[in-house]
Amino acid sequence: MAETEIRNFTFNFGPQHPAAHGVLRLVVEMDGEIVERADPHIGLLHRGTEKLIEHKTYLQALPYFDRLDYVSTMAQEHCYSLAVENLLGIEVPERALYLRVLFDEITRILNHCLQISANAFDIGAMTPLLWLFEQRELLMEFYERASGARLHAAYVRPGGVHQDIPAGMDEDIMRWSEGFPRVLDDVEGLLTENRIWKQRNVDIGNVSTAEALDWGFSGPMLRSTGAAWDLRKAQPYAVYERLDFDIPVGRNGDCYDRYLVRMEEMRQSLRLIRQCVEQMPEGPVMVEDNKIAPPRRGKMKQSMEALIHHFKLYTEGYRVPAGETYAVVEAPKGEFGVYLVADGTNKPYRCKIRAPGFAHLQAIDFMSKGHQLADMVACIASMDVVFGEIDR
Amino acid sequence: MTQALHDLADYIMTVAPGLASRPVVANGELTIHCDTDVVIRLLTFLRDDTECDFRQLVDISGVDWPAREPRFDVVYHLLSHRQNHRIRVTLGTDEDTPVSSASAIFSAATWYEREVWDMYGVFFSEHPDLRRMLSDYGFEGHPLRKDFPVTGHVQVRYDEAQKRVVYEPVTLTQEFRNFDFVSPWDGTHQAPSGDEKVDGEGA
Repeated sequence: MAETEIRNFTFNFGPQHPAAHGVLRLVVEMDGEIVERADPHIGLLHRGTEKLIEHKTYLQALPYFDRLDYVSTMAQEHCYSLAVENLLGIEVPERALYLRVLFDEITRILNHCLQISANAFDIGAMTPLLWLFEQRELLMEFYERASGARLHAAYVRPGGVHQDIPAGMDEDIMRWSEGFPRVLDDVEGLLTENRIWKQRNVDIGNVSTAEALDWGFSGPMLRSTGAAWDLRKAQPYAVYERLDFDIPVGRNGDCYDRYLVRMEEMRQSLRLIRQCVEQMPEGPVMVEDNKIAPPRRGKMKQSMEALIHHFKLYTEGYRVPAGETYAVVEAPKGEFGVYLVADGTNKPYRCKIRAPGFAHLQAIDFMSKGHQLADMVACIASMDVVFGEIDR
Repeated sequence: MTQALHDLADYIMTVAPGLASRPVVANGELTIHCDTDVVIRLLTFLRDDTECDFRQLVDISGVDWPAREPRFDVVYHLLSHRQNHRIRVTLGTDEDTPVSSASAIFSAATWYEREVWDMYGVFFSEHPDLRRMLSDYGFEGHPLRKDFPVTGHVQVRYDEAQKRVVYEPVTLTQEFRNFDFVSPWDGTHQAPSGDEKVDGEGA
């Protein structure tokens, strides 16, 4: 039989592919069934967020952070608010700090619910999606009751949070938190010891701690390799110092460990949520300084000065003293950072957004090398990529 | 915390003289400045020295200062997990001066540098793959420069006759409005003539 020449095969994966999690275009080079090279082409969702922020006042720039990673919105607002507060040098009231942590952790559960269900769905298990999305709906109701919006909350603002939570909501959160562990148990019952789930995830996309550091990994991607690094513990912000929680770590850095880490993180978030509700003091939720925080609506009907403050804050905005800062939070996906350069005017001079997913996606080439195409899908899913934050 | 950063700055200045300059601790963060030609040596030192131990490159960012010479800042953010501290390294460069790529010492730098190249046009030498990162295929210009208009230069639409997406010069149905809300009495830098309150009150 004549010898045939075998060539590698190059093809497009996405940008319109359900397992591409948005608009990822991957140019994949395959040697038979094996991935030789994966070259992500990103930027299909690039909206120029950083450019737009330079043309907005500090308060107007905030809602753009909801539109980055649109499943962990409040964590990003929190990060931007920290950056602005750092430059302004203001202290946020106690109750606002607790509310921020409360919603950060609700956000984490929202995000991990989506990640685990989408991951399972990519691999062929549909039921977790149905169960966890029901829980997401309940959590987004809390978002809505606090901020008026289910997704793009614009709730955490420089100086505190926009408004206090309505009466009775803390009891509803407690009631929800009693039922949620059962849902997690059910999902774990479906997945954790499931033969197919383990075959698809164990020893897929292994990453060592050294590789993870080199590639700029953070969050569950880093912790799954065994590194116990969490900004909530290492460089605590808000009230994380006072709360009691554990950091789950993995051992092998494969897709299965990342799943286990996220699963346990949800249980830890639940602990944090309960502690926040129990410990939350009464008091204001925004700094009292009317040069930064707008006056209450009721006050505006009585006080001329309040009216002037309102007008000035929503047209000119406040000035931020010149300087630069890099603020970070432990977002559900990893280290989310904002590098803010202020020049003393009412608009940010430069706002660089450090998205965790950007660093993670970069590593898809070395993670998927030598795997089959279907395993690459598992890798992408376990990275938890969202293109709002990667493309910005 | 601040004292630890001052100590770290002193340590870097003594152990690696000539690599870094102008250490500043502000807002609880340490910034050091370095020259374009020694950036790789400095980053390698910061990564490998046990006192520094900055094993992770968190971010690379550009900043444009059109009125300044050199025009661009390239800003590196490094993180040490073991020592639990951060550092910011800045260097100044312009369009014509290439910066050595850090991708050989931090793999994560590859995409960060592509992004800075795409957004600012800062060139990185010895970069393995310096393509554009976020902008469109065939895009011209560097959008985050201060002289690049926020509306851009081109727009796309689907052309029914040609059966494809076509690029056209951008047309605005309404003129781009950039409201200057900075108030007239403290927005200007010089006091209006005859306004003696300015000096006394500090406005």
